[in-house]
Amino acid sequence: MADSVDTTLYKKEDALIEELGYDDHFHEHHHGDKYQASFITKYIFSQDHKIIAKQFLITGMIWAIIGAAMSVIFRMQLGFPEESLTWIKPLLGKWIVVDANGVGTLDPEFYYALVTMHGTILVFFVLTAGLSGTFSNLLIPLQVGARDMASPFLNMLSYWFFFLAGIIMFISLFLNTGPFSGGWVAYPPLSALPEASSGSKAGMTMWTMSLVFFVVSVLLGGINYITTVLNLRTKGMSMWRLPLTIWAFLVTAILGLLSFPVLVAAFFLLMFDRGIGTSFYLSEIYIGGQALDHVGGSPILYQHLFWFLGHPEVYIIILPAMGLVSEVLSVQSRKPIFGYRAMVLSILAIGFLSFLVWAHHMFMSGVNPFISNIFVVFTLIIAVPSAVKVFNWISTLYRGNVRLNTPALFAIGFVSMFISGGLTGIFLGNSALDIQLHDTYFVVAHFHIVMGVAAFFGMFAGIYHWFPKLYGRFMDETMGKIHFWGTMIGAYVIFWPMHYLGMVGVPRRYYSFDAYQAFSDFDEMNMFITVGAIITFGLQLVFVINFFYSIWKGKKQTVRNPWGATSLEWTTPIRPGHGNWPGKIPSVHRWAYDYGKDGKEFIPQITPLAEGEEPSDH
Amino acid sequence: MTLLIIVLAFILLAIIIIQISRINEIAKTIRGEEQALLSSSRKQSRYLLIFMVLFLFGTIVSAYLYKNYMLGYGPHTAASEHGPSLDRLFNVTLAITGIVFVITHIALFYFGYKYSYRVGQKATFMPHDNKLEIIWTAIPAFAMFALVINGLIAWNDVMADVDPDEDYMEIEATGYQFAWILRYPGEDGKLGSRDFRKINSINPLGQDWTDIKNLDDIQPTDLVLPVNKKVRVRITARDVLHDFYLPHFRLKMDAVPGLPTFFVFTPTITTEEYREQLAEYPEYQVPADPTDPNGPEKWEQFDFELACAELCGSGHYSMRKRVIILEQAEYDAWLREQNSYYLGSVRGTKEDPFADQLLQFEIDERNVAFEEAFETALEAENPDEKIIQLEHVYFETGSAQLTPLSQYELDNIKVAMQANPSVVLEISGHTDNTGDPEGNQVLSQQRADAVFNYIAQGLDGERIIAVGYGQSNPIDSNDTEEGRVKNRRTEIKIISQ
Repeated sequence: MADSVDTTLYKKEDALIEELGYDDHFHEHHHGDKYQASFITKYIFSQDHKIIAKQFLITGMIWAIIGAAMSVIFRMQLGFPEESLTWIKPLLGKWIVVDANGVGTLDPEFYYALVTMHGTILVFFVLTAGLSGTFSNLLIPLQVGARDMASPFLNMLSYWFFFLAGIIMFISLFLNTGPFSGGWVAYPPLSALPEASSGSKAGMTMWTMSLVFFVVSVLLGGINYITTVLNLRTKGMSMWRLPLTIWAFLVTAILGLLSFPVLVAAFFLLMFDRGIGTSFYLSEIYIGGQALDHVGGSPILYQHLFWFLGHPEVYIIILPAMGLVSEVLSVQSRKPIFGYRAMVLSILAIGFLSFLVWAHHMFMSGVNPFISNIFVVFTLIIAVPSAVKVFNWISTLYRGNVRLNTPALFAIGFVSMFISGGLTGIFLGNSALDIQLHDTYFVVAHFHIVMGVAAFFGMFAGIYHWFPKLYGRFMDETMGKIHFWGTMIGAYVIFWPMHYLGMVGVPRRYYSFDAYQAFSDFDEMNMFITVGAIITFGLQLVFVINFFYSIWKGKKQTVRNPWGATSLEWTTPIRPGHGNWPGKIPSVHRWAYDYGKDGKEFIPQITPLAEGEEPSDH
Repeated sequence: MTLLIIVLAFILLAIIIIQISRINEIAKTIRGEEQALLSSSRKQSRYLLIFMVLFLFGTIVSAYLYKNYMLGYGPHTAASEHGPSLDRLFNVTLAITGIVFVITHIALFYFGYKYSYRVGQKATFMPHDNKLEIIWTAIPAFAMFALVINGLIAWNDVMADVDPDEDYMEIEATGYQFAWILRYPGEDGKLGSRDFRKINSINPLGQDWTDIKNLDDIQPTDLVLPVNKKVRVRITARDVLHDFYLPHFRLKMDAVPGLPTFFVFTPTITTEEYREQLAEYPEYQVPADPTDPNGPEKWEQFDFELACAELCGSGHYSMRKRVIILEQAEYDAWLREQNSYYLGSVRGTKEDPFADQLLQFEIDERNVAFEEAFETALEAENPDEKIIQLEHVYFETGSAQLTPLSQYELDNIKVAMQANPSVVLEISGHTDNTGDPEGNQVLSQQRADAVFNYIAQGLDGERIIAVGYGQSNPIDSNDTEEGRVKNRRTEIKIISQ
């Protein structure tokens, strides 16, 4: 697109880096240095942030396929309860119960296991590790102008702990008693008592083990991201010159660092209750024909601890997506992101407030109703910075020159999803309305749209946009657009009708609605949703094909800065080696959003202010 | 096989998509990058606009189609006093968010359409506008403020506990895997105490039977409530978390083991009236059972329902109970028919701490029954009808020792004798034919004497005669155990009055 500009620009750019850059006496070892001497250290136990990013991305994709496939299976049970599922018996074995007529149905226990695993996998493995892990790793060093993460070794460990967590979770799928089936929130006593559910036996033990390792991964990653952003910014890269992606990753990492340890604490107390007879969460329980010894514990304590992570967690998921979308929208509309400081402040405000709203998940759980007043107030306050972000994204498009390629479309789709899902949050955050809507399909619709689909859209925008940075090639645009439109329409087809189900009061996590008059009138709608889910799932495979096809066969990146972006990651060679820049580290002289300023299409961050030019970041 | 076909179809689809993409790619190189971007941007911008129109249209049309399922529209009106305030809040929120939804979506997609890539089109450099930021911070803040205030007023109103002085009834719901147990307080209006350690198969709630408040508590199958009466539901769980959820009443509260919760509400419409209301809507005028077109229509079969709304294990979806709202008079009639759980299932079992004593109401009942029997005997002409069998007077096996519970009936006789000073009684002892007839004769005499000794205290001894008949006067066959039980008996007979 901008070939003619580029050839001359790059000479100028390289000269600028050479002239003004910071010399840290880095020498590229053409035959590999000690960190990438062999295949194993280069591609497997790699300490290079770019390789680690790819590891997170591909692992996340594998988990996304597994997690989404699970949802397709349980949606078939909900949409076509009468149809025989015997044909997936080879895959699910005894969990498909075949009756005398040869009609196979999903075992309720396994239905709940699938629901639970779908939630756990998508929330933690895909939208936390796969999203933040991929892009924090890829973009933080490249956009702040660092050779690598502050501690490449911890960074490597971060991935391998994630990998270990994944292996344990994966093995738990094949347990004889089934994987954990008590919901991704794992509320005790259901999760604490093996008598309560067969998934609460070995499945729960492995689930907690897996997630403890996962938290180790998040913490190792997070401490690295924070340190890198704070300490390894290149010369001239003040905090107010950071691209919004970096702000988002920084706040995400801080949220993770402050909240995940609380989850581990909650899990340890749960393990004590399960294993050594303590009563943190258990009291006055009669189960399996006997009264248990536990007295004095409170199941609500677990909910407080869990949601102290759980709510920041949804921002851990959505903030990186917001950062990616801000960057993609700005670059592709050739305009500075509107209201950069407001965007930064709203990220900080969301980050701060996310710690003060956790009990809005617990309005109906038996906490003192007076306490809920406070959480209602903070919950609805958090809508304000979210609204500000939406208005700023929309204004970024206004009077731009928007290249409607796949990354831009996904960014626009993200904004649409975030609006739709965010607005329903205003219903749910108001405790009075939560009385009726709590634990209904309204909630399912809300969080899938606002943090499931929206976060995926942010991730897709990021993958399509930075694919050249990852693999030196472009993803295919035709497949990308089929993927976008299919997913955009599909996501609304699946989740929009769920609002209506929720307004009727249809509860979530029901294996069957037949027993109830009030919930059983929606066979057609459930069928519609299920068909939508199957088709949308199929379309994600178009993305997978596109991804792997493009790695080897995609259109080659011939210019260093294909999108005409200002940020530093596009000043490296097309395939950046270890250390990212072959010579000096570029120094920064302006903010990341000088698009269309003074009649120039874009001015890279490495370009010093022209004579008499006002800095834009005042 | 199915799996193979799916895989093959998928591979085929993948090949087709990749081929189409390659053709597009080739076409692009022929036209040039710039031109390709231009035409694809133009196409996509139109798609954005089309999507916006269809999407907004779709949301509005679907909302219209499903309006009968939304809160407060159509037949699904709230059946509780607090319900309408929540429905109103829902609609206010829907109006505000609906406006924002439409405006932001139009702006988003229209800008995407209007400012899509064009050759020579210059993006305007406009990094920020603090005035705008303040405006669009203030407007949502103001809207949120309004919603918070309305929400909190409704919330605190709905969640308030009852005032001890006001008129309300309290019931209890206990969730367990996978059903609900309901408990009503019975006549004393109070629920008895519970201890989870006392739970077993005949005491599912672990009620403490030594607490007399428990003895009249009932455990009905359906949740039956009178209309327009304030109800405080005490909500508990026995094993894991459950959630007491009455969708029609806009009511939901977790049931937590070890930590009772509550919800106060007032039903405002009876099941019958709600059915009448549904009868107006065509979707309820269809047969309830599609296979039986002449059967009752859907509205006639309608019932309010109790559900579980907190994941509690593999049977979570099957914890339904029927909820029936009745007029006060109908409710009172229903309540009269309910038996105390204690009397129905516990009284006299090894669980019953009062197994060897009578409860006051039983004493009273026997008193009334005896007085009636005595009255009848006094009025009877036929000498055979002047006999009263003492059904509650027993002796230890093979001896003339009265069992402790016999005293109540004997006290009744005493009272009757004092009230009728002219009556003269014969106390007759009878046995069955097992054992030695002589011995039986002696035993029956001793037993009659034992009764005599008890009654005669404080009475004129002349008015009572004690006679032992042994096995000579059977009233039933001595060949069956049943008959022999009847033959072993103590009677009183009014000799003169």
